[in-house]
Amino acid sequence: METMPLLSMVIFLPLAGAALLLLMDRENEGLLRGAALAVTVLDFFISLPLYFGFQSTHEMQFVEKRPWIEAFGANYYVGIDGISLFMVLLTTLTCAVCAAAIWNAVDKHLKEFLISMLVLETGMIGVFCALDFFLFYVFWEVMLIPMYFLIGVWGGPRRVYAAVKFFLYTMSGSVLMLVAIIWLYYNHGQTTGEYTLDILKYHWVALEPAAQLWLFMAFFLAFAIKVPMFPFHTWLPDAHVEAPTAGSVILAGILLKMGTYGFLRFSLPMFPHATDALAWAICALSVVGIIYGALVAMVQDDVKKLVAYSSVSHLGFVTLGIFALNTQAIEGGILQMINHGLSTGALFLIVGVLYERRHTRLISEYGGVTARMPIFAAVFMIATLSSIGLPGLNGFVGEFLVLVGAFQYSPVLTALAATGVIWAAVYMLWMYQRVMFGKITNPKNETLTDLNPREIAYFAPIIAFIFLIGVYPAPFLSKMEPSVTHLVEQSKIAVSQPPPAPPAVSTLPHTPLSGAKAGGQG
Amino acid sequence: MWGLEHIWWVPVLPLLGAIANGVAGFRVPKGLVTFFAVGSTGLSFLVALAAFANLLSMDPSVRAYESVLFTWISSGAFTVEAGLQIDPLSAVFMLIVTGVGFLIHVYSVGYMGHEKAYSRYFAYLNLFMFSMLMLVMGNNFLVMFIGWEGVGLCSYLLIGYYYEKDSASDAGKKAFVMNRVGDFGFLLAMMWIFTIFGSLDYTQVFPVAADKLVYGGMAVTGITLLLFLGATGKSAQIPLYTWLPDAMEGPTPVSALIHAATMVTAGVYMVARCAALFNLAPASMVTVALIGAVTAIFAATMGLYQNDIKRVLAYSTVSQLGYMFLACGVGAYVAAVFHVMTHAFFKACLFLGSGSVIHGMSGEQDMRQMGGLKEKMPVTHMTFLISTLAIAGIPIFAGFFSKDEILLSAFMGHTPGHLFYWTLATLAAAVTAFYMFRLYYMTFAGTLRAEDHHVRDHAHESPPVMTVPLVILAALATVGGFLGLPLIEGGHALREFLNPVFTFPSAPEHAHPSATMELTLMAFSVGVALLGIYTARYYYFVKPEAAEEMARREGFIKSAYTLLRNKYYIDELYGALFVRPAVDVSRELLWKLVDVRLIDGFVNFVADASLAASSSARRMQTGLVRQYALVMTLGAVALVWVWIAMSGGR
Repeated sequence: METMPLLSMVIFLPLAGAALLLLMDRENEGLLRGAALAVTVLDFFISLPLYFGFQSTHEMQFVEKRPWIEAFGANYYVGIDGISLFMVLLTTLTCAVCAAAIWNAVDKHLKEFLISMLVLETGMIGVFCALDFFLFYVFWEVMLIPMYFLIGVWGGPRRVYAAVKFFLYTMSGSVLMLVAIIWLYYNHGQTTGEYTLDILKYHWVALEPAAQLWLFMAFFLAFAIKVPMFPFHTWLPDAHVEAPTAGSVILAGILLKMGTYGFLRFSLPMFPHATDALAWAICALSVVGIIYGALVAMVQDDVKKLVAYSSVSHLGFVTLGIFALNTQAIEGGILQMINHGLSTGALFLIVGVLYERRHTRLISEYGGVTARMPIFAAVFMIATLSSIGLPGLNGFVGEFLVLVGAFQYSPVLTALAATGVIWAAVYMLWMYQRVMFGKITNPKNETLTDLNPREIAYFAPIIAFIFLIGVYPAPFLSKMEPSVTHLVEQSKIAVSQPPPAPPAVSTLPHTPLSGAKAGGQG
Repeated sequence: MWGLEHIWWVPVLPLLGAIANGVAGFRVPKGLVTFFAVGSTGLSFLVALAAFANLLSMDPSVRAYESVLFTWISSGAFTVEAGLQIDPLSAVFMLIVTGVGFLIHVYSVGYMGHEKAYSRYFAYLNLFMFSMLMLVMGNNFLVMFIGWEGVGLCSYLLIGYYYEKDSASDAGKKAFVMNRVGDFGFLLAMMWIFTIFGSLDYTQVFPVAADKLVYGGMAVTGITLLLFLGATGKSAQIPLYTWLPDAMEGPTPVSALIHAATMVTAGVYMVARCAALFNLAPASMVTVALIGAVTAIFAATMGLYQNDIKRVLAYSTVSQLGYMFLACGVGAYVAAVFHVMTHAFFKACLFLGSGSVIHGMSGEQDMRQMGGLKEKMPVTHMTFLISTLAIAGIPIFAGFFSKDEILLSAFMGHTPGHLFYWTLATLAAAVTAFYMFRLYYMTFAGTLRAEDHHVRDHAHESPPVMTVPLVILAALATVGGFLGLPLIEGGHALREFLNPVFTFPSAPEHAHPSATMELTLMAFSVGVALLGIYTARYYYFVKPEAAEEMARREGFIKSAYTLLRNKYYIDELYGALFVRPAVDVSRELLWKLVDVRLIDGFVNFVADASLAASSSARRMQTGLVRQYALVMTLGAVALVWVWIAMSGGR
């Protein structure tokens, strides 16, 4: 890692690709598509050594640290552990798949679309790798803009509403997080004399309980909106329905994981006492999300909305796992983050395939599609079964570990969460039946064509991972285990020691709450 | 001879067949599809036979072998291996599954020969074999669960095989969802077991169960009731049985293999496998016995007036499974497994026979259109008659021995209420004999009633590829019971073989009945069966008008008839109680009220209010959102920078 800045290459290759695309002729769409695909595929391949070179310890690896803005101690500081490793790989895989999937799907401003996607990729990988608060926040914001464009420019009829809703929701969370970061920065500087933005230096530093609670809440809101957890989820169905296929896939596959990743990277290690105190409430909220998301998904008429609500349900399992705070639950949660990226990503691609052919996402417009698209039917079935957690496929391993872990924490909540396996079967199979089975009643479906080789090619890696994780999850679990064990152990140690008493004189700096809001809302 | 280390091939061969046909089946000639499917299953049966012979050659006290392929899931203290085991209990199931499975594969070659999606059918059927074998051969709960859900999946796929028919895809979905309700119980039970034992391996759980669990305590009662919930789903017991009659939408060989001979007995296997736990939970034993006995009689009555030949058989399956659970509930696990075996023979034969009839009748399933097939289909008729005698419990046929053993165990049992269960089960035996012979007479006796003369002229015997499996199964349904012949010197062969699996400190001692008592009970149950047969003969052969007249008569008989024809309105009840409310509450309350009106209403209100206060509101609506977004973000980023820098960090 001293010789080659591998991580930086992975992060910035898409940005370089975007710059390259900027120079290209907008009329030459084939070249643009080819270049974008080449960049994302190349990025995926250069991200693979991250996995193979990853040592099974909890230490940050592939670390790069250079001074950046010395005025306030910001560094260009990146590195990955067993948690972020998989988020990076998921991102590079998803982006490569998306680049192949959007081949004919973009009907205007192709060049800008591809540039947005590449910039977005850099932002997303950056978020998962950043170990400096300032760097993290820059990536976090950078990622928002192209996503906003993807929805707002290339989206459906209500794209503006959806995009603004997405933006406002996310920004309101982000601003609170920003305030919390600034508070932390000053607090740390004043108590230790070291003004630093090094995220790891804030891990396992015992803050007094009241401060922990408020800071936790600020971070929680930012991440809970991102996940999204009930009741902060209503931006998601709108964003998904309006977003183009690639937007939905990236949104569901990666962006939602930033919330759960945030919990793991920030909330748990920085505020262990607050986490411990509020875990039950968050677990309960997760269970509400699991059941609520599933029930609402069940009654949707739009395939995309159905999948969007199912995300709320699935991510409920992830947050339940994270806050149950033991090895199985958290590993299951992380695996579920990967699994959700694969299966829900695949489902959005599947909706995209149908939409490209029929230009509608209403379930009632379909029926009997299997007869015309048998290969598609098989892919769709595998994604469906993966999503409902069939043993032998990826979803089961993650879900089961979450439930096993959560059961140690609260059998009652786990029992309620486990009803999710019933609901998932109900809404997914019902949808599958209405779309794929029966006789073709709508004449427009008579002419549907099955998947072409390009489409098969981009589904293939996803399907392969769905089976691999289901049958042999060891390559995934073993790499994340040291990081997760470390996290769980440190949490236990932290909670077992009483937090420091509140200081006699408040060192709370004046927080620029009003200023931040003004900035946030332009 | 192959050693036991090769038992992996037993499930893996059908898996390879499934993969071959799933991936390439639609591109290769039919002959090759048949070769993959039937060949892999046949080989699997041979390997299973070799493994069985190997097991027999071992000393009875150490008849068990484990084979671990790799660590499947490992997370902290939680480790589960992808491992198989073979012991007498799994060996019996393994032989039933591969043996009967192979015969049904052969039969399917004839029955499904004209289907377009021939390779899809066999891919699913082979996948089923793999799953079912994992279920009975796994060495831990989680591997059993792979098989458990895997067979559910294959059942779903095969019930919905004719996916263009709405009734078929509805039935498939119903089966999957109801099974999932049961699986929910299974899942929770596994978590509870892991919490207490720190493992899901059978060898880490059962031998120490009596030490780690309090007899009759909450934990063991909870675990076993949750497991039993799983069993009621898979084995179609009250309250989760309503999917099985609908499952008859699948091709008939599927009904024979999955919904009669093998998959639906998975619940019995599971309860028998967990005997060490169930024996510690008397309350659960009562539940199992009670549900089993009540299901036996309840389903039998529903079979009384069905006119669809397959539906009669479906209800009879539910009822027979009830007998098996009754046996488990009174601690007679060997009798339960014995009945699983004999039932696999005669019920597979009955279903395949009904398939042969349907095949000969050009797809007709309504028995009112049948009759007089005795002459037209002699082989089918003879094998069907043998199996009907077997299920009715007539001596020398297999069903007699196993059913009698269950009745005897219930009579002699320790489980509270055992005489009540015995009464219900005996009553069910009479009803069974009646409706099975009603079926027999309506189908094979008298004259052919089909209105369509094409059907009448066309009615014919099936080809040998279908009748040979029938003959083999009928032979097994005749002699299969001798394994449990109580009078053979040296005792009951099956009991001798299985007993080591069910021997643990907590197992209750069974009182041995006197010979007189045994013979009296035997005579009584045979008498009851004969009564049922005689009544059926009278109403459906000697004087068919009498049955019709009775059905027309007003009053109690008529309302009872309506109630039975409508299956006690249980489907309607479930619809009104669970399905409709779930959909309505989700749509009207959760989605339209909570999501759209409350949460989004609030969000939109805040957004509108802040936009109204902002001068950029108009620009937004004119579509210049990009600038807005950019300004917003840059503002936020700049803010951090400026604020931190100005406050003079250090």
